[in-house]
Amino acid sequence: MKHSIYLYILVMWAATYLIRVLPLTLMRREITNKRIKAFLYYVPYVTLAVMTFPAILESSCGLIPSLAAFAAAVALAWFGGNLIQVAALCCAVAFLLQFIC
Amino acid sequence: MEEKDNLICYKNGLRDGVPIMLGYFAVALSVGIVARNTGLNVLQATISSAMLNASAGQFAAYTLISTWAGFAECVVMMFVVNSRYLLMSCALSQKFKADEPLINRLVVAYFITDEFFGLSVVQKPYLNPYYTFGLITVASPAWTLGTTVGVVMGNVLPASVVSALGVSLFGMFLAIIIPPARKDKVIRLLVVVSMAASFALARVSCVSSGMRIIILTIVIAAVAAFLFPLKEETI
Repeated sequence: MKHSIYLYILVMWAATYLIRVLPLTLMRREITNKRIKAFLYYVPYVTLAVMTFPAILESSCGLIPSLAAFAAAVALAWFGGNLIQVAALCCAVAFLLQFIC
Repeated sequence: MEEKDNLICYKNGLRDGVPIMLGYFAVALSVGIVARNTGLNVLQATISSAMLNASAGQFAAYTLISTWAGFAECVVMMFVVNSRYLLMSCALSQKFKADEPLINRLVVAYFITDEFFGLSVVQKPYLNPYYTFGLITVASPAWTLGTTVGVVMGNVLPASVVSALGVSLFGMFLAIIIPPARKDKVIRLLVVVSMAASFALARVSCVSSGMRIIILTIVIAAVAAFLFPLKEETI
């Protein structure tokens, strides 16, 4: 069933705000459980990795440019590139290789 | 006296928010491009940025919208993708004065992002919310406005440029996860395993991309938490 996009945004806003607001209004104690802390610590890395790959290969630039952009971004980030530099390189590689491949 | 303190904190927040503003605008441009590619119009994309305030969360949201996922899947996905905000909210709750008014807590909670959190949580000895309000005043409009501009740019620029700009959001995700992966062996392992598992599961067509993200995140992070509990105060 297709819902309105506005309704989607509202539902996801409610879920997102709930996560942000509950501890800040209700919690007075810190989470001490080591496993829960570790889980919450690892989640962003796993999520971002899963969301990036293989989705980046399905971009409309085509397989080879996307793969090259991915490799370039990983390399620059590994060697200390910051957020904007990595994004710019990723974008430039994907753009230029579209015309060659 | 207290009002004067609040004003000083607010001004400090305005000053510290400027670099965040620049970064937000750049990231929001590609968020707008992705939103447009998913089929959202300018108004929908702008509202989503104003309400969700989360790059990865919004990317996940657009993925779900593009496949007309069920609302239950949307809610679970937001819980998973944004679960780090739960942790940040817990940490911030320790930084507030015990008698901090509820309204201030509600406003700060709305704007918990990696950047606002990072600057707010290191305030000493406690967090004056007016500092966070200052950050928000400067940087938050850039997030929303950047998204608006991104959608418009997507509508006027050639398709080759729009495709390339869409890829840049992934570049930002990589810029977030790769440097810690270089420093920390566990995170490096997690990133490689996550990508490999995601690739493998993507070939099984019966799993939607939203479900794939939810399942893999929970399973891999849970196994990692069991195998590699945090040694000291990493956060």
